[in-house]
Amino acid sequence: MGLQAMTYFVVGLTFAIYIGIAIWARAGSTSEFYAAGGSVHPVLNGMATGADWMSAASFISMAGLIANMGYGGCLFLMGWTGGYVLLAMLLAPYLRKFGKFTVPQFFSERYYSNGAATVGVICLLAASLTYIIGQMTGVGVAFSRFLGVSNTTGVIIGMAIVFMYAVFGGMKGITYTQVAQYCVLILAYTVPAIFISMQLTGNPLPQLGLGSEYLDTGHSLLNKVDQVVTELGFAKYTTMTRGSQLNVFVYTFSLMIGTAGLPHVIMRFFTVPKVRDARSSAGWALVFIAILYTTAPAVAAMARLNLHATVNKAVTQPRETADFFAPENSIKYDERPAWMQRWEVTGLLKFEDKNGDGRIQYYNDKNPPAGAVAAGWQGNELKVNNDIMVLANPEIALLPNWVIALVAAGGLAAALSTAAGLLLAISSAISHDLLKGMWMKDLSESGELMAGKIAMACSILVAGYLGLNPPDFAAGTVAIAFGLAASSIFPALMMGIFSKTMNKQGAIAGMLSGLGITMIYVFAHKGIFFIKGTEFLGVFGGKPSFFFGIEPNAFGAIGAVVNFAVAFAVKNMTPPVPEEIAAMVENVRTPRGAGAVTGGHH
Amino acid sequence: MDNQGQAYWKATLGLIRNVLIVWFVVSYGLGIIFAPALNSISLGGYPLGFWFAQQGSMYIFVALIFIYAKLMGNIDKKFDVHED
Repeated sequence: MGLQAMTYFVVGLTFAIYIGIAIWARAGSTSEFYAAGGSVHPVLNGMATGADWMSAASFISMAGLIANMGYGGCLFLMGWTGGYVLLAMLLAPYLRKFGKFTVPQFFSERYYSNGAATVGVICLLAASLTYIIGQMTGVGVAFSRFLGVSNTTGVIIGMAIVFMYAVFGGMKGITYTQVAQYCVLILAYTVPAIFISMQLTGNPLPQLGLGSEYLDTGHSLLNKVDQVVTELGFAKYTTMTRGSQLNVFVYTFSLMIGTAGLPHVIMRFFTVPKVRDARSSAGWALVFIAILYTTAPAVAAMARLNLHATVNKAVTQPRETADFFAPENSIKYDERPAWMQRWEVTGLLKFEDKNGDGRIQYYNDKNPPAGAVAAGWQGNELKVNNDIMVLANPEIALLPNWVIALVAAGGLAAALSTAAGLLLAISSAISHDLLKGMWMKDLSESGELMAGKIAMACSILVAGYLGLNPPDFAAGTVAIAFGLAASSIFPALMMGIFSKTMNKQGAIAGMLSGLGITMIYVFAHKGIFFIKGTEFLGVFGGKPSFFFGIEPNAFGAIGAVVNFAVAFAVKNMTPPVPEEIAAMVENVRTPRGAGAVTGGHH
Repeated sequence: MDNQGQAYWKATLGLIRNVLIVWFVVSYGLGIIFAPALNSISLGGYPLGFWFAQQGSMYIFVALIFIYAKLMGNIDKKFDVHED
């Protein structure tokens, strides 16, 4: 079977499995939707949470960014796992005891006002919409490659499929479908990694392969990567940082607290049967997430090495005699492998023959090595979009077609499951919390459902439009979404549980100022609402990352500090919290007496 | 809050504090702040600082959650506030 036919077959087969399970599970019980995990083993529940959590950013984009960022890529790895420790200890058990279904419902009770809930909905929308833009970017990459169309067409097809999946499928919330999606995505991620680790080091475990000996050369694989990239003028792989150490630190922190503030993740812990389960289910979720996250650094380094080996034959020659700048070592453009031709169609991989020799020279022309200058190289000739690295990885390593097709199915499973989860969070926030809960209390049930679907459709259109000209790579955009959640929702949840005296004025002022300052910093760099051409860095002197060299993607941590500071300052100037609220907070702190979750809908 | 309740909350915060110290030292300490210094040590072909940043910290995060869940369960029983 050809690659194209194989891809259709595997993607089609996985979709048939998801739909089949959905029908089977529905027939079994209809209450599954809100009792997600109620009757399910904690291990399976952990897998489902893993599928919910790992999106196009984790699957498609992250390893490509790490390949480019080297050591500095640790900010994604630690940032997107370390937050679970915070979630398990600081939020999950208490929110479960509180016994409401959504974050805005928690705000409306704890901060005794519709105002706090409305502000919560705004924060939730800002973070979730930005998150979906990142998913659209990833889905666009996947579809453009597997259908052989431009990236723009890929995003538009992706919008249509995400819409159908979320609105008509309603598969989200059915735990067993998500378990199946987890299995597909984790197999799709680890199988090629095991193949490639075997090829390069003989060690089948990628986590160990990364440190193992590369092709009997007497050097470890990481050491080999370091050598190759520094020869070609790039920064040393194992020590290069992302901006300053301070930036790496703040970026990691922003992703961690953002994890603990994202509504669609928190929702999963509202619905476990017991407070005790809320604690350990975060642990199981992290086990299944860590399988992918500890494989990712190996995928990253190996993809980077294989990419260089493809275009420069000196990579595989003995270190002592290899000449990276010998003309015959750069491959001829006409003899480039088929995978490069396939990706050129999407516009995400580009070649430009600057020195007119018909060969591909791929190196860092910002810091050209002496050999490159002497050899007459006229600049880097190959542009590879970071977001294609994971999907192209099995092709670069010349793995069998079924592995390449499996990776396609995995990428789509990751993107669709998360996009559907986010859209559900958005639609319930608008239709249930905002419309039904506050503005139109007599809204009928069918009207509420319709409002939810309209909200989903609008979100997809907005996110898809912005995804055509994304503010960053998929994982970078998602990092901004985490920053927005970190600066607004996380501090308000924390103070709601750990401070008995925090009042509604403090919480509302804190959320608005945290979200506001983070948005201003991000929009100054990336454009107002991410629309290209509306950047206003000039107002702040025109220098990017002007606040102590901290990137806009990392600013959520600073926003959170502002949120806490403003909240406590305003609290001290306004009337104290009512006594019954303080008593409620006290009650939330002990597990006993946790009742069933209330406040669901449909 | 009665004395028993205060003691329970104090024990809870103490446990959270201890876990957070380990969490911080492993990720931000060994993985970021001291990573350049640790890189001169090699672990299974990895520079040690790089290993903590891209592997070790994640294994320890997983362990921390289960340890926390276990110890928190013990505290619940000791102060008789557990479920069932």
